[in-house]
Amino acid sequence: MTHVVVDPVTRIEGHLRIEAEVDGGAVKEAWSSCTMFRGIELILEGRDPRDAWAFAQRICGVCTTVHAIASIRAVEHAIGANPPPNARILRNLIIAAQNVQDHVVHFYHLQALDWVDIVSALSADPAKTSSLAQSISDWPLSSTKYYTEVRDRVKAFVERGQLGIFANAYWGHSAYRLPPEANLMAVAHYLEALDWQRRFIKIHAILGGKNPHLQSFLVGGMATPVDPDAQASLNMGTIAALRKLVAEGVDFVTRVYIPDVLAIASFYKDWFAIGAGVTNFMSYGDFPMDDNAEPQLLMPAGIIHSEDLSHIEPVDQAKIDEYITHSWYDYSVGDDKGLNPYKGETQPHYTGPKPPYQRLKVDEKYSWLKSPRYDGAPMQVGPLARMLVAYGTGRPTRAKELIDKALKQLNAPPAALFSTLGRIAARAIEAQVQVESMGMWVDALAENMERRDYRIQDTAKWDPSTWPQECFGAGFHEAPRGSLGHWVHIRDGKIAKYQCVVPSTWNAGPRDAKGQPGPYEAALVGTPVAKPEQPLEILRTVHSFDPCMACGVHVVDATHRELARVRVS
Amino acid sequence: MAQTKLMLELERQGVSRRDFMGFCASMAAVLGLPKAAAATIAAAVETEERPVLVWLEFQDCAGNTESFLRASHPTVADLVLDTISLNYHETLMAAAGSQAEDALEETVRKYKGKYIALVEGSIPGDPDSGFCTIGGRAALDIAREVCGSAMATVAVGTCATFGGIPAARPNPTRALSVADAVPGLKNLIHMSACPANAENITALLVYYLTMKQWPPLDRYRRPLFAYGKSIHDGCERRAHFDAGQYVEAWGDEAHRHGHCLYKMGCKGPATSQNCPNVGWNEHTNWPIGCGHPCIGCAEPNFWDTMTPFYQRLPNVAGFNTDKWLDTVGIGATAVVAAGVIAHGVGEVMRHRRGQAPEERAGADKSGGEPAGAKK
Repeated sequence: MTHVVVDPVTRIEGHLRIEAEVDGGAVKEAWSSCTMFRGIELILEGRDPRDAWAFAQRICGVCTTVHAIASIRAVEHAIGANPPPNARILRNLIIAAQNVQDHVVHFYHLQALDWVDIVSALSADPAKTSSLAQSISDWPLSSTKYYTEVRDRVKAFVERGQLGIFANAYWGHSAYRLPPEANLMAVAHYLEALDWQRRFIKIHAILGGKNPHLQSFLVGGMATPVDPDAQASLNMGTIAALRKLVAEGVDFVTRVYIPDVLAIASFYKDWFAIGAGVTNFMSYGDFPMDDNAEPQLLMPAGIIHSEDLSHIEPVDQAKIDEYITHSWYDYSVGDDKGLNPYKGETQPHYTGPKPPYQRLKVDEKYSWLKSPRYDGAPMQVGPLARMLVAYGTGRPTRAKELIDKALKQLNAPPAALFSTLGRIAARAIEAQVQVESMGMWVDALAENMERRDYRIQDTAKWDPSTWPQECFGAGFHEAPRGSLGHWVHIRDGKIAKYQCVVPSTWNAGPRDAKGQPGPYEAALVGTPVAKPEQPLEILRTVHSFDPCMACGVHVVDATHRELARVRVS
Repeated sequence: MAQTKLMLELERQGVSRRDFMGFCASMAAVLGLPKAAAATIAAAVETEERPVLVWLEFQDCAGNTESFLRASHPTVADLVLDTISLNYHETLMAAAGSQAEDALEETVRKYKGKYIALVEGSIPGDPDSGFCTIGGRAALDIAREVCGSAMATVAVGTCATFGGIPAARPNPTRALSVADAVPGLKNLIHMSACPANAENITALLVYYLTMKQWPPLDRYRRPLFAYGKSIHDGCERRAHFDAGQYVEAWGDEAHRHGHCLYKMGCKGPATSQNCPNVGWNEHTNWPIGCGHPCIGCAEPNFWDTMTPFYQRLPNVAGFNTDKWLDTVGIGATAVVAAGVIAHGVGEVMRHRRGQAPEERAGADKSGGEPAGAKK
């Protein structure tokens, strides 16, 4: 038995530590620990609820926007504000742009190097690379000359001897299985994606002033004026710019991202049987398609138990409990009890080893993350959960089409989705579903302009004197990494309590009172490890979840009150 | 010889000499240098010696890292990244675990006193608190060792510069800025803002490569080329402020026509940064450009001193304030007000705002050369 420690897990957001027992060439047991804490929910107490989105957004700069969205939804729910159609449309565009850009960056810049050996790319034949690229896509940057240039550029970089961010990696590891040509193609697309993400995210600059950390959100709407006849507003020039950027997004996802994922997956099909872990899934659903109180959602909500796609339950947030048995917090009711977020409480209390340390005390408390459970069971959240709910419900139809197409191309059954590779494929498919939907919202915005609908914010609810003296609200959002919820308690126009239960808490949390491991921990069991001193395969499975640790850490505050109404829709 | 190599690489990427000189000219513009400086910049960027950088992340959100990835002039920026050697960056590096830590250790040992440390995020003041550990080590110990052995340290973003959001009231983790966590650092540069603008991060590196010295700094140790003027003084909506034309409600006619956001809470008069000049995301837009007030994100303790964000600043010179001053909540924004009175006189404003005791924490305790310190 070898004890493996991976700390820091790199190519993620935040600070994650994995400890694992490896025996007989595979992980027998694993522990996931988040090693950073800030306490932003405590910082929010006593503040103006209209400011909360700006604070909450700083929970994460990689999935920027997501905590701002959840926050304004929570406050709007509490005070009864109704964002007008323009605001809904602009938010949908911002959410989709975030998901798509984030998924592409995750695949190429955070995940790909687990599967792609850059050093091997140096020995690729550019002509063969060109043939390979042209056999999987009609993307125009695919000539022999192009791949010669890329190869020579990388070669020159390596020959200069300063490898920078590519130094000390696991190049040449036996688990790398791509031929040199596929490696070279992927390296070229790593560089192209670096350029593409900068351009595509201009959608956020147009609609939010800047990225990261957009600055156009408002409780009750958006701050971007809409007027086709004003030069300081979103106008037809904006529509034209958005159409172009969206088209470029569709192009890159369809002709580069999806073909690359399928091509790389075809060399690693055994990873369709590795890393399933927790097979319960949850999605809150997102993208309201109308302005009703209970709007139709493009991506539906649902709960899946034990891989059963034939029976998808609605989400009932009353079934959510959080455990701290293995988390660095205290509960007044005892550390073995679960508490619903409404009744949650938190006292940070570090009882881990004094730094510097070699090993965590995994039998005791070992993470800053809590362990959220649904009806007592761990749930996996994220793109795979959303795609499975879509697949099971048949909505949207495009998701089912694309999943079936990908499975057919890889000659894999739907059950293959419950795996490390399944999470990676689902993320790419979701990017395509969402980027293809963006044009619809750009058109809707243009139609509103034609109607001279200038409304961007619910001005009637801006002044705190119009709010109830005491109110509660919850806001839900499907962020790139999964289901995100914010809860707010407002008293006398100020935040009394604030809390977040976030995707990486669901996925990366530690064991609960019953000893049930969280999704990372469960997925790692059985993951092969050829060389414990170079745990490349552990990174593959952990990265397939797209860890975001800064998001994962939160403080659940004692509200001690039932929310008046909570919409999980 | 070095120039030939660089131009060969540029050509391989389809970048002409002319494109490259264009990039250098735009860098000169960001830095506020005369056009002739472009040639000096080109010569500096073309040197073969690649300075070594390490980027540390502590109590952060990776927003500054993401911002850095948005640096414009993509093809040439890639090359500029190639001309530095980024030896450690958790979010971007291929290696993980002990191999990643080895890369950092080796860099600190091999390039002692020669590398640049960039820091993102605040640092918990108590190393035994467990609030931030990497590889089992406390953030404070890592910062002391790595920044202490660096030739220069750049605090990137408001958390590393001033403590930022983790240090906002009530500062549950006793989060510190780099200056407070590691007192006495030489050549400490502050690149505040939430996040720091990619253009300014790039410009700082180009400045150093070109001039072989660090830029002159304001009293908060921020480069004058990026923080030398208030948002308000450079704002495209300034004429509307002077003319008394204000947005009164979200989406009203004044809002749609780009009038001044002062009454909606804009903190531009109390904030020094070059957003109006360089914009964000390749000059695509900036917060005021999209209709939202400035929140003052480059300023010390802005999460406490600039909030509530939608409450107007109490007193800004140039506007007849009598009729509404009594409606303003003085408490939270009083600190800001002291400085704002002096608006339009950059140096005076910075000086006076600096007298507010809450805002001095961190800025004045940092050691080292105040301005224009040579390496």
